[in-house]
Amino acid sequence: MAAESGAGGSAGYIEHHLTNLQVGEGFWTFHVDSLFYSVLLGVLFAGSFYFAARRATAGVPGRWQSFVEMMVDFVNTQVKDAYHGPSKLLAPLALTIFCWVFLMNFMDLVPVDLLPRIGELMGIKYMKVVPSTDLNITFGLSVAVFLLIIVFSIRAKGLGGFGKEIFLKPFGKWLLPFNVTLKVVEELAKPMSLALRLFGNLYAGELIFILIALFTLGNTLTSLVTSAAAFSFLVQFALGLAWALFHILVITLQAFIFMMLTIVYLSMASEEH
Amino acid sequence: MNINATLLGQILVFAALVWFTMKFIWPQVIKAIDQRNKEIADGLEAAARGRSELDAAQDRVEALVGQARGQASRIIDQANGRAARIVEEAREEGERERQRLVGLAHSEIERETSRARDELREQVALLAIAGAEKILQREIDRSAHGEMLERFTSRI
Repeated sequence: MAAESGAGGSAGYIEHHLTNLQVGEGFWTFHVDSLFYSVLLGVLFAGSFYFAARRATAGVPGRWQSFVEMMVDFVNTQVKDAYHGPSKLLAPLALTIFCWVFLMNFMDLVPVDLLPRIGELMGIKYMKVVPSTDLNITFGLSVAVFLLIIVFSIRAKGLGGFGKEIFLKPFGKWLLPFNVTLKVVEELAKPMSLALRLFGNLYAGELIFILIALFTLGNTLTSLVTSAAAFSFLVQFALGLAWALFHILVITLQAFIFMMLTIVYLSMASEEH
Repeated sequence: MNINATLLGQILVFAALVWFTMKFIWPQVIKAIDQRNKEIADGLEAAARGRSELDAAQDRVEALVGQARGQASRIIDQANGRAARIVEEAREEGERERQRLVGLAHSEIERETSRARDELREQVALLAIAGAEKILQREIDRSAHGEMLERFTSRI
């Protein structure tokens, strides 16, 4: 449990948990921990799904293939319901987003101190294990989606059509600045809301796990014999369990929302308003 | 919690992952699913076709059985009719044979009767002659009285 004996008490403990392992200066700073876990989980997703896809047969599927097919079918249904254009990209994109975001969110259910502690024993001072509590990660996803929105818009309406949509709608040419402002706000709201919603939910969830872990901060195994420490241990266990159970719902829901909104935004982009 | 180059890294990773999924995961899995769906649809269709064929065959079998049953009963009827006719014919034949035999017997009897009568007549004639001889004691000449005797015997 939270046997962290870092300097600075609870405030120090929390701050330590919210600090990324960083490399570089200024803008060219990389959050190594976020990127590491993000890549690791991405590879886990791609590798395990590739394992099923490579030997996918039309015959009786194995369990893993069944699961993969279930996911693919689920995503495919969502995409087909919302998007009517021709796209080889959107469905795999949605699948990737759902699975990857879910896995990144899932790191939130790993005990808050487990991986950082192991890292500390290996000499790594800071470690945030949940990539989706890093704004860079969530914005990385949503900015990519935003770029795709622009690409889809131009592909569906042509450069002229897209320009017309920016400059001349909804008020016609005499209110051109308003049109542009409105459009920019409207479009920017999409990646902002995508990234901030995911980040906010996961950051808050992570923070609550950290706060729950505070109950036994500073306790050692031997001090558990005192009734007060044992009581705080029980409280931490109960709260942690409750929050984790609730969080299973949150992480799945957030992954689903991110995927769904991506599909909706991209299908909106490829239709005339 | 500031935005930095991690974002760029994440975008690159994301792009690579999406590309990988699009290239190596999605098409294969979708292909397998579609193919299986098609196979299942084909199987269901084949099952339906088999069922309807079975129904048709059963209908045909029933028709054949009915036909055969009708034929059999017709044959039996025919056989019965023929048997009755044969029996009838046999009876008539028997009747004819009986009548013929009876007729034969009658004529035989008649012939026997007339023969017996002739014989009797001759015997009676002889007796009469013998009697007359006895009575007349040689007075009767057989050749002289032959005509009278003949008349006498023919009246018997």
